[in-house]
Amino acid sequence: MKRSFTTTAVAAAGLAMLGLSTFGTAQAAESITVVSWGGGYTQSQIKAYHEPFTAETGITIRSEDYNGGLAEVKAQVEAGSVIWDLVDVELSDAVRGCDEGLLETIDHSILPPGDDGTPAKDDFMEGTLFECAVANIVWSTIYAYDKSKLTGAVPKTIADFFDTKKFPGKRGIRKNAKPILEMALMADGVASGDVYDTLSTDAGIDRAFKVLDRIKKDVLWWEAGAQPPQMLADGEVLMTTAYNGRIFNAQVVENKPFVIVWDGQVWDLDLWVIPKGAPNKETALKFIAFSTDTKRNAAQASYISYGPVRKSAAPLVSTHAETGIDMKPHMPTAPENFKNALQNDFEFWADHQDELNERFNAWLAK
Amino acid sequence: MAEAVITAAPTEVSDAVNLKARLRSATARSRRNAFLLTAPLLIMLLITFIVPILDMLFRSIDDPIVGQAVPRAAIALEDWDSGAGLPSEEAYAALVADLAALRTGGSDGKALIGRFATRLNFEQPGVRSVITKTARKAPKLKEGPYKDALIKIHKKWGQPEIWAAIQRLSAPYTVVHFLASLDLHYDVEGSIVGQPEMRQVYITIWLRTLYISGLVTLLCILLGYPVAYLLATLPQRTSNLLIILVLLPFWTSLLVRTTSWIVVLGRNGVLLETLAWLGLVGDVDRPQLIYNMTGTIVAMTHILLPFMILPIYSVMRGISPTYMRAARSLGANPARAFYKVYLPQTVPGVGAGSILVFILAMGYYITPALVGGQNGTLISNFIAFHMQKSLNWGFAAALGAILLAGVLGLYWLYDRVVGVSNMKMG
Repeated sequence: MKRSFTTTAVAAAGLAMLGLSTFGTAQAAESITVVSWGGGYTQSQIKAYHEPFTAETGITIRSEDYNGGLAEVKAQVEAGSVIWDLVDVELSDAVRGCDEGLLETIDHSILPPGDDGTPAKDDFMEGTLFECAVANIVWSTIYAYDKSKLTGAVPKTIADFFDTKKFPGKRGIRKNAKPILEMALMADGVASGDVYDTLSTDAGIDRAFKVLDRIKKDVLWWEAGAQPPQMLADGEVLMTTAYNGRIFNAQVVENKPFVIVWDGQVWDLDLWVIPKGAPNKETALKFIAFSTDTKRNAAQASYISYGPVRKSAAPLVSTHAETGIDMKPHMPTAPENFKNALQNDFEFWADHQDELNERFNAWLAK
Repeated sequence: MAEAVITAAPTEVSDAVNLKARLRSATARSRRNAFLLTAPLLIMLLITFIVPILDMLFRSIDDPIVGQAVPRAAIALEDWDSGAGLPSEEAYAALVADLAALRTGGSDGKALIGRFATRLNFEQPGVRSVITKTARKAPKLKEGPYKDALIKIHKKWGQPEIWAAIQRLSAPYTVVHFLASLDLHYDVEGSIVGQPEMRQVYITIWLRTLYISGLVTLLCILLGYPVAYLLATLPQRTSNLLIILVLLPFWTSLLVRTTSWIVVLGRNGVLLETLAWLGLVGDVDRPQLIYNMTGTIVAMTHILLPFMILPIYSVMRGISPTYMRAARSLGANPARAFYKVYLPQTVPGVGAGSILVFILAMGYYITPALVGGQNGTLISNFIAFHMQKSLNWGFAAALGAILLAGVLGLYWLYDRVVGVSNMKMG
């Protein structure tokens, strides 16, 4: 009896292991794990990239959400058990991860030429291809307000956001030094071209914090991208900084009376990166090439208002897939929105984020 | 007879020896079996609990990057006095040689430059790009004077701060993370001084964490004690029903309970809307009840309350009502009888509840992250920040190690004052 129990147990364990291993290889051959920021943004990627990719290649995509940052990638790479194949990251993280050897280098020759025949390296906007990263969209931090809460004058400039005398009410701001310090300086009259030079000096940093001091007691701080539209809808705040696509989603899909103020927007890139030692690197590369071709790059913009990075994709941006409204005026890169825009300087932030976030945290705690 | 004894004795002795040995081997076997049975649990504890904690403690002092990345410069800087001007030409030459070797050393070398630059940037803000820029140019610098060449690449090479940082961090172990946890740092001459005022944050956060944990514990005692008393003295049927009311939120997800407080305390939430309807608060300037310290304290008190009620309740259940009756019949009024007779007997429960609530509150993370806003966040939120955002894991580990030491210290203090053996967990 005893023996038969042991034999059965061993046999069962063996079978289980066998099952696991065949399961494992089956998975490896036919699926990859793609990690992104969740919410409306991930939905747009599923519609524009994942579903057509699966339809064409038969490879299934497991979509996972995360909250940005390199912590998970670093943990996986250092532990030597990488389970993510592809991650959608911010520019400063892409550069830093590449510097520290956490990411695979990507050969840009895998990227297909634009639909008009332009080679990929010319078709991608300048500063969107990196050693370890390929950009897919342009997004922007803007501020938005709820027009149903305002009678009379409405905010038009970045300075209005910091003016609680003109527009009394709470403000929502991301709990991070980036990019509210830039916005504060632009509100104080610094031209967008001089913002990072000013922030590189102690006097400039003091100046930015002085502007923040004016509204400090009226600020509610948010951390996840889904929070600001919620705070606006709940009436917790009168205006809030936010990622433009999230506000677009609330405006168009949920019919909220929100208005985006584009003056003083700070734009940035989202990029695909492959963690070093990713289990399905080849498939991930195939997916990068597929999802950043002209057609997909433009298609993504019909689900959420983030701009394509390919020049050949810009004219193809058409209407919203669900509501049919024209997407072009909602893009951060639309000419009338882009008048006073600042590109996030990843080199500056890679150098100064520890210092400025520390000072920001100290300022918050006081 | 004597013969018989003589002949019998050896067998008896050998029997006894035999028996003893067999007994010993039997107990040894059963002990081994018992150990084998618990072994999976022990191994699990070791792997999932002890090893990670030791690893964390180690990470807080482990700092090998600089020594690995620039070994020659580390040696050249060994005898340099950071108070007496810039290092010698040899140090500059050694650094160029180190960086050139890394730069041409394939992807591992390049990654080490990145990690070295990031590590140094934690100590000297802004030097990350100086290092990467210098490393890019280092292989092209074939001959001296290297000092002028480096200063030409970036003026920071002409200031002693960056060299002092390299010198200090070239040792494989460091205490800088612990210093930084207490708002201290090394100045260029190597003495420990306070951070400039605008960068001081951690002392405030430590004090705030202690304050909020203490206040939450106190509020839990004030709210939990009467509830426990009620539960312990009501008839079984009613008290069972009430216990369910205590346990139901206890079993509900932490996240759900925290977000329900957002619904209740929000600006347009249930509470303020009701008060506004009653005319008790204005429509425009309503008090801010959430996304600040108030929100954190309210939500944490609610969430931790069962940890106070249950130990007190279990102690109260064991107190015989005859003591109170005796005190009353001996002439004590109800207040005196309660204070002199009942209260002292519940101290072990209150102590257990307090230490449980206090320790849990010290490490609280999700609730303050969601409702803490500007001034309601605790030290755990900063640990998470350095784990997830700044990737300064050594520093996060140092903060965690101090938190762990603090909790162990409090436990020790509690043991000295109340006695752990007096603690009743229910």
